[in-house]
Order: sequence, then structure tokens, then C-alpha cells
Amino acid sequence: MLSVGQLNEGVVLDHIQAGKSMDIYKYLKLDKMDCCVAIIKNARSEKMGRKDIIKVECPIEELNLDVLGFIDHTITVNIIKDGEIVEKKVLTMPKKLVNIIRCKNPRCISSIEQELDQVFFLADEEKEVYRCRYCEEKYRSSKKSKKRAL
Amino acid sequence: MRHLMSPLDFTVEELDKVLDLAADIEANPKKYAHACDGKKIATLFYEPSTRTRLSFEAAMLNLGGSVLGFSSADSSSAAKGESVSDTIRVISCYADIAAMRHPKEGAPLVASLKSRIPVINAGDGGHQHPTQTLTDLMTIRSLKGRLDNITIGLCGDLKFGRTVHSLIEALVRYPNVKFVLISPEELRIPDYVREDVLGKNHQEFREVTRLEDAIPELDLLYMTRVQKERFFNEEDYVRMKDFYILDKQKMSLAKPDMIVLHPLPRVNEISTEVDDDPRAAYFKQVQYGVYVRMALILTLLEVEVC
Repeated sequence: MLSVGQLNEGVVLDHIQAGKSMDIYKYLKLDKMDCCVAIIKNARSEKMGRKDIIKVECPIEELNLDVLGFIDHTITVNIIKDGEIVEKKVLTMPKKLVNIIRCKNPRCISSIEQELDQVFFLADEEKEVYRCRYCEEKYRSSKKSKKRAL
Repeated sequence: MRHLMSPLDFTVEELDKVLDLAADIEANPKKYAHACDGKKIATLFYEPSTRTRLSFEAAMLNLGGSVLGFSSADSSSAAKGESVSDTIRVISCYADIAAMRHPKEGAPLVASLKSRIPVINAGDGGHQHPTQTLTDLMTIRSLKGRLDNITIGLCGDLKFGRTVHSLIEALVRYPNVKFVLISPEELRIPDYVREDVLGKNHQEFREVTRLEDAIPELDLLYMTRVQKERFFNEEDYVRMKDFYILDKQKMSLAKPDMIVLHPLPRVNEISTEVDDDPRAAYFKQVQYGVYVRMALILTLLEVEVC
């Protein structure tokens, strides 16, 4: 198995659905962060068959866990200090999303109003449904449509 | 400061208070003739409307107040590209309360976020039309004597018909209301109404296509117009517009005390031969609309009349 150096301090995002790591890389804006990032694709997993893993050498506060909770709240978030896992964060679906996804309804005011935040609220946690704050249009929460986010 | 974006902004108790006030205004109009002396309502109508705008204006005039505003986007600064947020900030300096109609869904909500005066949603695209709902509720309560234990048929354009969405949201809060949703397949209610409003409240409803099949069981029939302005495709509109026409023959299948409502304007979905039927209540509905808007203005401006 491919060996990637151990993190001394940072965050390991484990159990990412295979092939989704680059989406998460974009959502978390890791390309804009000045820190060491390792992406492991298609790692063998007993639980999932194959999975992706992202290792980020930065304090947890610098990552937007709300975004992560929206993309896939089943991802495991391990906080590393001195080379050891000191905490496992449980992700939840955020109640509100601001400027993460965009309303697709052409009749929504957010399609024309200048500098208006794109705001969605969690309308149904069980069915994982988010709706636009302004027009209440449902955001399709399938993995496929999440790719179309901002 | 309160705004009105959706009928759900009021609790059932608050809604009852507004309807009680409207009933008192109907019974004692003189008592309220100077309740809003010196106050102004701005009617900000970005798309055409006869009834709703004039109803708001009549309501404020009946209360002794005055009105200002515009009746199309072309005659406002929107034509110059001004945002809704900026417009309401300006209007807040001129008026005490605003009623906004806008073709874009959520525009009145955006306005309310920046406003220093109460904002009333007077219709936003195919989304909500809460003051029509207040009108509908007052009409039903006045003519049927109750808002619970009714079977209501909603017929026509249930997809883009914002009055329908708002009315369903308001009525699910009353016990034992059964909904019969009568529409062509393409104009069925949006999924957020089906799932979040009817589904979540475990409300009894069924969806049918033929009006004749549903009409005998109804206490109340709410007809709607297929709205040309909501279609992107003229061909689809032409195909749908004559799907339902309520006439004497269909009325003969209805209960003797069923009432027919319509938010108006109608095109041809209710034949004029039905107008003389005592069960046709859509013109009475217009009068109730003025009373209920008067009550709403007083409520949002927190004006008390002893």
C-alpha cells in the first residue's frame, strides 16, 4: 500500500466516498490554503471497499466543517496532535448554508438581486432536503447535484 | 416591527385576531375612518395588478391614510437597475408601511431584511400571496361559519397558483380539513407544498384530474386561472388554458351549500352563467379583501382603535 507521511498536527478526513476527494478539496478551498495537503484516492477500506482520504496540515478552525457536513456528514474527521488522534469530530448537517450552493430557480430574486447572499436552510433533516431561503425551491441533494455547487 | 411574507407568519390565534378585527371593521366602518390619519402606504407593484393594488389603496384610504407608489417596474427605478434592497431603503423614508408585488420569488422577503417599515408581501412570482389568503380565510369563515371540518377542492393551475400554496399552508393548521387537488398532470402542486406542508402535517389530500368527479363531495370549490405570465412556452399555455370551465351543468353536481371562490381575475374558467348562482362568492370575496387588508394595516402599524 502507498505510504504517505504521518501528520504531526492537522486533520485527517477519512471514509470519503471513493472519487469525491477532489470535490471536497474544492469545497474546502484547500487550493487557496498555504499548508501541506495529501490526497489519497481509492484506498482499500474494509467498510467501504474503496475510499478517499485527505490529510491537511492545519488547525481544525481553518476548515469549514459546515460545508463538509453538507457534502457528506458520514465523513470521519480526525484531529491530530503530536502525531496522535486526539479527537474525532461528528459531522452534522448544518441548519443554514450561506454562499455554498446556488438557487437554480430562474424566478428566484437571488437570480437578479445584486450582492445578495445565497442562503439555504435545512428543511428536512431526515430526507436531507435544503431549500432556498427566498423562494423555497428545493436543492437537489444527490451527490451528482452537489457537484454543481458554487 | 413585523412584516407579512407568508400566512404562517401569524399563529392561528393571531390570524383569528386579524379576522375578528376585519369582521368588526365590516360591521362598524365609521369607527375606523380616521384610524390611520397622517399615515401613508407605499404600493410597490413591479408587475400589473388591479385588484390587489387597489384593494390596498382602498383599505388605507378607508382608514383615513394616504397612498403613494408605482404600478409597474417600468415606472420605477428598477428600470434603471436599482436593487429591491435599495428601493425599500428609500421608500422607508417616505411611507409608514409598504405592500410589494414582484415577479421574482422572495423579493418582498429581501425587502423586509433592509426595511425600516413593515413590508407586506402582495404576491411574489408563483410563490406566496398571503393577503389573498387572509381574504380567502375571511370569506370562508364569514360564509361557512368555520375554518375547520371542511372539504375544499382547489382547481386549475396548482403549480404556479401562489394563492393556492398560501391557502393550503394556512388551512393545514385547522382540524379536519380535507383537500382535493384538481389539476392536469403538468400543473400539480409543487413538491414543497406536497411534502413539507401536506405531508409533514399528515394532511388528508388526493390529487385528481376531473372536476366532475370531485365536485359532489366539496364544501368549497376554489377555482384558479391558468396564468399566461408564468409560462415560458406559449404552446404549453394554450394547451392548458381551457382545461377546466365551471358551468351550470357542473354546478348541478355540487352540494346546495357549496361555495365557489376565485382570487380573480378570471378568464374563462368560470362561465358567466354561474355568476347569478347564490353559491358564487367570488365578488363578495373582493369586498372581504378590503376589510382584511384594513385589519392587517392596523395590526402591522400597531394602531389600536377603541
